[in-house]
Amino acid sequence: MQPTNDQRLWMYRQMVTSRYLEECIETIYMEGKTPVFNMAKGPIPGEMHLSNGQEPCAVGVCAHLDAEDVVIATHRPHHIAVAKGVDLNAMVAEIFGKAGGLSGGRGGHMHIFDADVNFSCSGIIGESLGPAAGAALSRKLQGKPGVAVAFLGEGAANQGAFHEALNLAAVWQLPVVFVIEDNAWGISVAKQASTAVPRNDLRASGYNMPGMHVADNDVEGVFAAAGEAIARARDGQGPTLIEIETSRLAGHFMGDSEDYRPKGEKAGLQSHDPIPRYRRMLLEDGVLDEAADSRLVDEAHERVEAAIRFARESDFLPAEAALETVFV
Amino acid sequence: MNTATGSRKLTIARAMAEATAQEMRQDPSVFVMGEDVGPLGGVFGNTRGLHEEFGSERVRDTPISETAFIGAAVGAASDGMRPIVELMFVDFFGVCMDAIYNMMAKNTYFSGGKVKVPMVLMTSTGGGYSDGGQHSQCLYGTFAHLPGMKVVVPSNAYDAKGLMTAAIRDDNPVVFMYHKSLQGMGWLGTEKGATVATPEEPYTVEIGKASVVRQGSDLTLVSLGAGVHHCLRAARALETEGFDAEVVDLRSLVPLDRETVRASVAKTGRLIVVDEDYHSFGVSGEIIASVVEHDHRLKAAPARVAYPDIPIPFAPTMEQWALPNADKIVAAFHQMLRNH
Repeated sequence: MQPTNDQRLWMYRQMVTSRYLEECIETIYMEGKTPVFNMAKGPIPGEMHLSNGQEPCAVGVCAHLDAEDVVIATHRPHHIAVAKGVDLNAMVAEIFGKAGGLSGGRGGHMHIFDADVNFSCSGIIGESLGPAAGAALSRKLQGKPGVAVAFLGEGAANQGAFHEALNLAAVWQLPVVFVIEDNAWGISVAKQASTAVPRNDLRASGYNMPGMHVADNDVEGVFAAAGEAIARARDGQGPTLIEIETSRLAGHFMGDSEDYRPKGEKAGLQSHDPIPRYRRMLLEDGVLDEAADSRLVDEAHERVEAAIRFARESDFLPAEAALETVFV
Repeated sequence: MNTATGSRKLTIARAMAEATAQEMRQDPSVFVMGEDVGPLGGVFGNTRGLHEEFGSERVRDTPISETAFIGAAVGAASDGMRPIVELMFVDFFGVCMDAIYNMMAKNTYFSGGKVKVPMVLMTSTGGGYSDGGQHSQCLYGTFAHLPGMKVVVPSNAYDAKGLMTAAIRDDNPVVFMYHKSLQGMGWLGTEKGATVATPEEPYTVEIGKASVVRQGSDLTLVSLGAGVHHCLRAARALETEGFDAEVVDLRSLVPLDRETVRASVAKTGRLIVVDEDYHSFGVSGEIIASVVEHDHRLKAAPARVAYPDIPIPFAPTMEQWALPNADKIVAAFHQMLRNH
């Protein structure tokens, strides 16, 4: 399955937007955290898991999805949220904990919920799968269109939830796709030290569902695999498991010293950054020229900067608003 | 015991199934899933007849995968459905507490109230029949302690039907904890007082309202589930000694009707809380605190009859020794009189 030129530009634009968002967050996150790093300080306190490098997974999948489709992401959700069309202003304000945020600051960066585009995420490893299976069951029971996609990291494939949900989705033939972003590291533990199989898509056969593998963080490889899997789900042919070899260009979280990485690994990953690679491909294919690229990048940056302005200018909710919305 | 008129008596199991069937008939978004809820009708009888009427799409037997299917209920509830999902024994919470507490209970808050999670998690509680320490717990305090989910515990079929209907219609997650000894399953040694007149037409019992099931002026007994029946027996025994005990059936732990408890204790001046859940850090401590932080001018220090802080033992001699019962409640009252 080949993307159209419009789809290729859409994917590139989402990747550029997401990356710039992460770069801005990275800078702002450090405000108030120097010279002494204190996670509670600055305009963006708390843990921060940046998605730099993993953008191909998000855009290659979400290129096939509409607002009505359900996506449940992970503790590292920004790239997927951008690609799913989550309201950028409200999302960034949520990351700042502000009143204009998606939940007014009750959730934070690991708990981004945008019901308008059926996006949510969970900070617990492996917990995207069960709810995605349930959303898919809901569509099946209601006879409503739409599929569900659960994103997870390769470390999550060692959680019980992964195995339970794959079996459940297969036995009920649910319209759901499980997408593993294999960035090779579970915080500091390498995949080969934690995982008995070289590739998690091989585990699909244990659940009688197709498993697909995408090598080399390849945007259009993701697009092709996801397109096939999502089409199968829409057609009532049940679930698929996809594992994508991707790269985490940042630490697990901001403040991670990344001492566990072999010498030279990070430089190698950075020199193989998927966004410049895709840009070169689009330029070579004549889908993009330098002027159009520069316009696209400028527009993406302006959109991110506007969201950050919105977040900075938004007030905090009164502290006692913490007591609200426990129940509806 | 309740305000029902008419004489048709139901067990709690039948009452739960009837409420579910009635809601399923009028709301296509309601469906049931869990282990053995299909043709078997639930190990404790509370889905009996549903599979026959609604079929296996809406009454779904699941794999033994609580994390997946309770997680799936969260996903379905967030997507416009109203799942009723069964955790067969509350003791099994260990394999799925993340789905329950980190998602079911928190997603509404994390979304600033924009994502509703209208689901019912029904689960059996309680021992007394030598099922050992992994199939006999109540864990009321464990669930009530965690914010974001309502918790109800019926003591009789009338309340069970009304609370189940209310729980299904509620836009929030509700944990429906039913005590095995009240279910009307003969092999579990059913408490007769739980099988009461229950109207056929649908009705709700408001979640968050306790019920004064016996009026009295000398002592307030507060309990829930099976404990209510121990209290009623104790009240009858005390009556023969000339004491008049009031019995409050909490019915809901979340929200907790502190007002009804306080009003009763304000009248009687004495409080004993009866709880089959563990003694420490639980319902009994919460009820006593709710009273004394509001009004400390009681006639006697409050007391509690609860399960000792031990895993539930298997041997009948040990288990029965540890369980609350009417004799222990009467003894606690006598002790209270001696102390003051």
